[in-house]
Amino acid sequence: MRILGLDTATASVAAAVLDVGSDRVLGAASFVGPAAHGEQLAPLVARALADAGCRPADLGAIGVGRGPGPYTGLRVGLVHAEVLGWVLQIPVHGVVTHDALAAQAAADGLAGAFLVVTDARRREVHWARYADGGDRVAGPDVAAPAQVPHRDLPAVGAGAAAHPDAFADPRPPLHPDPAWVARLAARSIRAGSAPDVTPLYLRHPDAVAATTRKRVTPP
Amino acid sequence: MGDEPLVLGIETSCDETGIGIVRGSTLLADVVASSVEEHARFGGVVPEVASRAHLEAMVPTLAEACRRAGVRPGDLDAVAVTAGPGLAGALLVGIAAAKALALGLGVPLHGVNHLAAHVAVDVLEHGPLAEPTMALLVSGGHSSLLLVPDVTADVRPLGSTIDDAAGEAFDKVARVLGLPFPGGPHIDRVAGAGDRAFVTFPRGLSAPKDLARHRFDFSFSGLKTAVARWVEAKEAQGEPVPVADVAASFQEAVVDVLTRKAVAACREHGVDDLQIGGGVAANSRLRALAADRCAAVGIRLRVPRPGLCTDNGAMVAALGAAMVARGRPASALDLPADSSLPVDVVAR
Repeated sequence: MRILGLDTATASVAAAVLDVGSDRVLGAASFVGPAAHGEQLAPLVARALADAGCRPADLGAIGVGRGPGPYTGLRVGLVHAEVLGWVLQIPVHGVVTHDALAAQAAADGLAGAFLVVTDARRREVHWARYADGGDRVAGPDVAAPAQVPHRDLPAVGAGAAAHPDAFADPRPPLHPDPAWVARLAARSIRAGSAPDVTPLYLRHPDAVAATTRKRVTPP
Repeated sequence: MGDEPLVLGIETSCDETGIGIVRGSTLLADVVASSVEEHARFGGVVPEVASRAHLEAMVPTLAEACRRAGVRPGDLDAVAVTAGPGLAGALLVGIAAAKALALGLGVPLHGVNHLAAHVAVDVLEHGPLAEPTMALLVSGGHSSLLLVPDVTADVRPLGSTIDDAAGEAFDKVARVLGLPFPGGPHIDRVAGAGDRAFVTFPRGLSAPKDLARHRFDFSFSGLKTAVARWVEAKEAQGEPVPVADVAASFQEAVVDVLTRKAVAACREHGVDDLQIGGGVAANSRLRALAADRCAAVGIRLRVPRPGLCTDNGAMVAALGAAMVARGRPASALDLPADSSLPVDVVAR
């Protein structure tokens, strides 16, 4: 089965086509830059498919990062994945973006406990903590960098690299690899898990309910 | 009819997730999921709340539209989507959905202007548009007079609001009068029992010196403040506020200016057809006064039914189908959301 993996929960917009049986990445494309997720994603998906020599109808499932991450970009990936899955009549499995970074770090040889830290805007970060081997033991959550527990641990992700004062031991990878999003989606399918594409916003919208009306004349 | 293009339209510029499906100029389905109730307690649309609701509603609304139209996604010939103007985060949800549809189905994507779509929608109700048509678009986000020689390629702005949109003034005055959000329908309802001449509220940009510079522009901010001052003065005197009369007088001030300038624009540009669209076009007094004033000078008036005046996907599909029929170029997959897309940019 071929799985399209994509993630838009960080400053990186990325898509990859994974052949699950051979664990080969058939095509991949990514872009790192601020606030261009809406423009970048669809052409990247098209390029990953073209590189894989694959038509959309050849896909068997979609994996998508469901954050946590800045909302506007996060939604671009989720709605793209959901609508593409609906059109193609294939399952769409959401993956915690930090889990994909953790799985990649563990596969690349990071041993022992570690953190995954990404940017949450407003001078905060999204973080999660993992045990040796890459199983999540805490988070994902949102906090000011200096408030994240166990900051002495190795920390992967661009959020750690951006705050060297708070995270003493930043490590690669910086950005989620969509092939790992696809691999985790494949695991979720093998495990028979129900697809979950609920976005991980972790914060409520900033809005205050109206109380009294404002006067235009002095009282 | 079978060889006319089957087009799906997506509208997410504000708080309505609209999906419409048309074949040429025949409406097959128009499904709107609104998050208006989630915004009511905030007294206005909260962009982040609207964007979250669009994501949740997208696939269910697409599926319902296809079911009602009796079509499968694979039958579609093209996908159209509102590219702007509107709330950036909200637009992006619809655009990303439209791109996924276009990419998954291998069909063209047409990013279109929300305001042009409000004009194009009337082909679904009253047939081909006159060319040129004069369009008065009035909603919570817009108040514009447009000269429209060709809705797929040539839309010329004659004027627009210089401050609040007309619908915004309805919302704010409703709040002053203790009526719920959104204000338009509530003011229309209570004004029915009120005296339109009870208070003569100011007609913005109607004095000769204003007309020189702002011939076809509108202003509703001063009117809103005038209503608030009037109400607060009554309250300060300990007198009851005659809500129906104030609502009727306010509404009259708005629709008087809108219809007067729309008719003047038609006459000055030699246009015999006026179309009114946008959410405020659902206002009964606007419809009635426009009908009277157009009839008096021989202008043909077209107003789509209220469900097609408010934001919906059918209008986007209708404009998309017109684009396909006239062979207009499709948009690229890197189509951006443009929250302030100029009205004369019909397609991106």
